[in-house]
Amino acid sequence: MSGSFFLSASALWRREMVRFIRQRSRIIGAFASPLIFWLLLGFGVGSSFNPATQARTMGYQEYFFPGTVLMILLFTSIFSTISIIEDRKEGFLQAVLVAPVPRSALVFGKLLGGTSLALMQGVLFMLLAPLVGISISRLPGTLLMLALVAFGLTALGYVIAWNMDSTQGFHAIMNLFLIPMWLLCGAVFPASGAPGWLRVVMMLNPLTYGMAAVRWAIYGSEVASTMDIPGFGLSIGITVAFAAFIFLAAIRMTRRPV
Amino acid sequence: MSSSLAVQATNLTFDYPARGKAAARRALNGVSFDVRRGEIFALLGPNGGGKTTLFKILCTALSPTNGTAVIFGFDIQKQADEVRRRIGVVFQNPSLDKKLTVLENLRYHGQLYGLRGGELASRVSEMMERLAVADRARDLVETLSGGLARRVELAKGLLHRPELLILDEPSVGLDPGARHDLWLYLQRLREKEDVTILVTTHLIDEGDRSDRVLVLNEGTIVALDTPVRLKEQIGGDVISIATKDPDRLVGRIREKFGITPTSFNGTLRIEKQAGHAFISQVVDAFPDLIEAVNLSKPTLEDVFIARTGHRFWEDK
Repeated sequence: MSGSFFLSASALWRREMVRFIRQRSRIIGAFASPLIFWLLLGFGVGSSFNPATQARTMGYQEYFFPGTVLMILLFTSIFSTISIIEDRKEGFLQAVLVAPVPRSALVFGKLLGGTSLALMQGVLFMLLAPLVGISISRLPGTLLMLALVAFGLTALGYVIAWNMDSTQGFHAIMNLFLIPMWLLCGAVFPASGAPGWLRVVMMLNPLTYGMAAVRWAIYGSEVASTMDIPGFGLSIGITVAFAAFIFLAAIRMTRRPV
Repeated sequence: MSSSLAVQATNLTFDYPARGKAAARRALNGVSFDVRRGEIFALLGPNGGGKTTLFKILCTALSPTNGTAVIFGFDIQKQADEVRRRIGVVFQNPSLDKKLTVLENLRYHGQLYGLRGGELASRVSEMMERLAVADRARDLVETLSGGLARRVELAKGLLHRPELLILDEPSVGLDPGARHDLWLYLQRLREKEDVTILVTTHLIDEGDRSDRVLVLNEGTIVALDTPVRLKEQIGGDVISIATKDPDRLVGRIREKFGITPTSFNGTLRIEKQAGHAFISQVVDAFPDLIEAVNLSKPTLEDVFIARTGHRFWEDK
């Protein structure tokens, strides 16, 4: 096994970081648009949101808060993988592919980059949590959970972007597939209020379990167990399995000879 | 396995699969050749002749449909990482990250090749000095001119001290001065550091600057030798005759002199010893049919024409 795995993965990771910091519009885009979403939807839906099954009264702004964090993760991590399409077009990728770098290191560096960026933005937003009465005392655990979800999402973006030759195609997938995936994961409304068929779709959506895992991490078991979300073990299990599965798929895809 | 060989290519064949409306296409058809250690070896041919496909196969970016190549004793497919460690690759299209500085590009690239710490730092500054880009180290690559960026590409390709440098059309987009510098540098690299250089080009004069030239046309080798020997095979001078009636003139020359000229686009072409003497004979014989006559020493383009029956740039 090559000892250069971590060295090359970390080089690719640092490159992602530097590029992101240089593109200020990306930072603003990935952070500001979910913030606006949260404010507008939060105020708009406001008091009309009153899930019957909640044991504890929860305003919509609070309900939607972890959902917004998830949206930030989705936007940042998925958009970070668009750079694969650019790397291929602009030629950077060709040089990496003829370097003595294990393909798994290439994938890992890229995913770690997307995960770090998503995590940074997610944590920044988490600092607003006290405003809606969410304690940030469980931040370390939450961070871990956010990282896990972000890793899976970045891997998903990678798998989509790898075979794509235009960023337009990627945006189409984002709108047709990724945004609905987020809408139907319990980020915007709970499954309990949805019609039966939609509830089935939500149950089949792997992100539903990522969302639940984040809520478990933010609220702790005492509060989370009263919410209408999948159980703790199931949430973590599916989230880990999803991230691992897509990660392996990404490596497999990258190894395929051209 | 002979250690004097840098590259041994055997029967390399590559088919591009059918895609959409484009039919499947054979880009390389059983190409075999050796590159010796320490030589400058040119793959010369018109665009679409298969050079870039061959380049991609040799730098392990593409797997051949058939055949194989061994680089410094390592199989390009089975031991790709061993090959990759030993080759430096300079692509035709830029491979630098435009959003990073020159320094960052070189640093990250060095790490991909396992360089780190002091060795990495000294190697990066050494290469920047040598290619005279050190004063731009902290500039973003997108602010560099084409010639400067190509020098950074070269620095990047040489960072890990490759034994073989493979370049795809390195002088495309360079002005004549920068092209000249590039070739001086390649020659120095070969002499001072014993780096073997394999370069693809569509420029005849770059073939002339190389130790040996492989002429590639439609995926097959049409000639392989030193430029001097290839030109010697042409047999004397090259005479081209412009005429309004090529078919008739071909017939008349054949009748009178027993030579069959090749003809294209209103120009007849004849290879002949003592061309100057022949010219006066032919002009005397058919003054009405001849518009202009030109006598020249053979070039690699003449080699190409002699072997393929068509011009280097002619569309078929």
